[in-house]
Amino acid sequence: MLNYTFDWSIITSGKYFDWLVSGLITTLKLSTVSIVLAFLLGLLIAVMRMAHSKPVRWFAHAYLEFFRNTPLLVQIFFWYFGSYKILPTVINDWLNKTGFEFAAAAIALTIYTSAFIAEDIRSGVLSIPKEQMEAARSAGFSYLRSMQYIILPQAIRITIPPLVNQFLNLAKNSSLAMTIGVMEMTYQARQVESYTFKGFEAFTAATAVYLVLSIIITAAVNTYNEKVLNVHKAA
Amino acid sequence: MITFKGVHKWFKDLHVLNDINQHVTPGEVLVVCGPSGSGKSTLIRTINQLEPINEGSLIVDGMDLSDKKTNINKLRAEVGFVFQQFNLYPHLSVISNITLAPTKIRNVSKKDAEEQAMVLLNRVGLSEKRDAYPSQLSGGQQQRVAIARALAMKPRIMLFDEPTSALDPEMIGEVLAVMKDLALSGMTMVVVTHEMGFAREVAHRVAFMADGIVLEEAPPEDFFLRPQHERAKQFLRQLLTPMQSGCP
Repeated sequence: MLNYTFDWSIITSGKYFDWLVSGLITTLKLSTVSIVLAFLLGLLIAVMRMAHSKPVRWFAHAYLEFFRNTPLLVQIFFWYFGSYKILPTVINDWLNKTGFEFAAAAIALTIYTSAFIAEDIRSGVLSIPKEQMEAARSAGFSYLRSMQYIILPQAIRITIPPLVNQFLNLAKNSSLAMTIGVMEMTYQARQVESYTFKGFEAFTAATAVYLVLSIIITAAVNTYNEKVLNVHKAA
Repeated sequence: MITFKGVHKWFKDLHVLNDINQHVTPGEVLVVCGPSGSGKSTLIRTINQLEPINEGSLIVDGMDLSDKKTNINKLRAEVGFVFQQFNLYPHLSVISNITLAPTKIRNVSKKDAEEQAMVLLNRVGLSEKRDAYPSQLSGGQQQRVAIARALAMKPRIMLFDEPTSALDPEMIGEVLAVMKDLALSGMTMVVVTHEMGFAREVAHRVAFMADGIVLEEAPPEDFFLRPQHERAKQFLRQLLTPMQSGCP
């Protein structure tokens, strides 16, 4: 009954293979840039959320609620279709030359994910017993040094599993960038399907790529945990 | 070494320290005891300003704690503090727990700090645990590491806040032995404890507190044999025979 002929050669060589590879490279670039920026921005927002100054705390809180509670797709469309109307022409020209789609997608993914990362880091810091800070302070460490040597190293260990989740979500969410024309993995798989009608093969390839990407991210962070941070011993 | 003059402290409406006047001389061992909620932990925590005082003057090792210009981190580096719950750094090995402050605050080289740490670990009988993590140690061992960690800063004063209260009975002895050894070496010590055997044997002076007031202070032999204040008598009865004195 099955009248579909599988043709895997389409995706393993030739033009369509090259399309898929270029899609993979764009996905890797978009994910890597956004993961690094989202982590740094998340760390900053987390620190602002715990700051002594009320306006700073309030700003960070508003930021979190705003970006966590609106759909990522709307945010991507906002940066792509909305932001250029308020940006100066000079910046728009520059962005158009360097790839505005990519920039808009990276900004949206970074900001969206940073809100989740900030909350994970903050809850990690809050879960460290206050006696640890007392022990550090009574040894003669200043507040910032106590954070640096005693509190943050423990908080980051606790935060790593939820951070991995955020990194994985970001890598998978990067597929939404196709909606604004970023030629990443999903976009290219869709292209291959349009040209060849080999949808099964094309999206199987895309699925495999996302799966392998996720497994690599998880394994890398777990190895870092075990080998560098000695998490199993320092329970 | 430590001088309290008319020190008061409030937690909101609660008067936790009421007109404390105490003087601890170099090499002296002062034991502070009293029922729970008497303010004894607060008292010892004011000495390295884990709790700030509201009124009066407190001078520790020549530094005035009521003066805003006093460098509090410098003072804390000179005063070792041992907690009831040990509070070792769980992400660091035993040896790193001990060397962290000397290397980062005193800029001692890693090699010198580790040599010094091994001397201290020997002194508390735990040299074979240098690479263990706190979670792999018993409570008594953790507390002995915590004492070594405090001593690594070469403090001029050591403070102990109920150092044996969180320990199983069979581990109390090993910690008290280390503390006794330290006292005999001439360290100035303030110890909040209910270990009356330790107080009797090691303390030069016992201060009894209740409701934020030092009600009685005396050499241990006088305090234990001839307590003056009714609250002190009651407290000692309860410690020695908890079953009989439970009901009025």
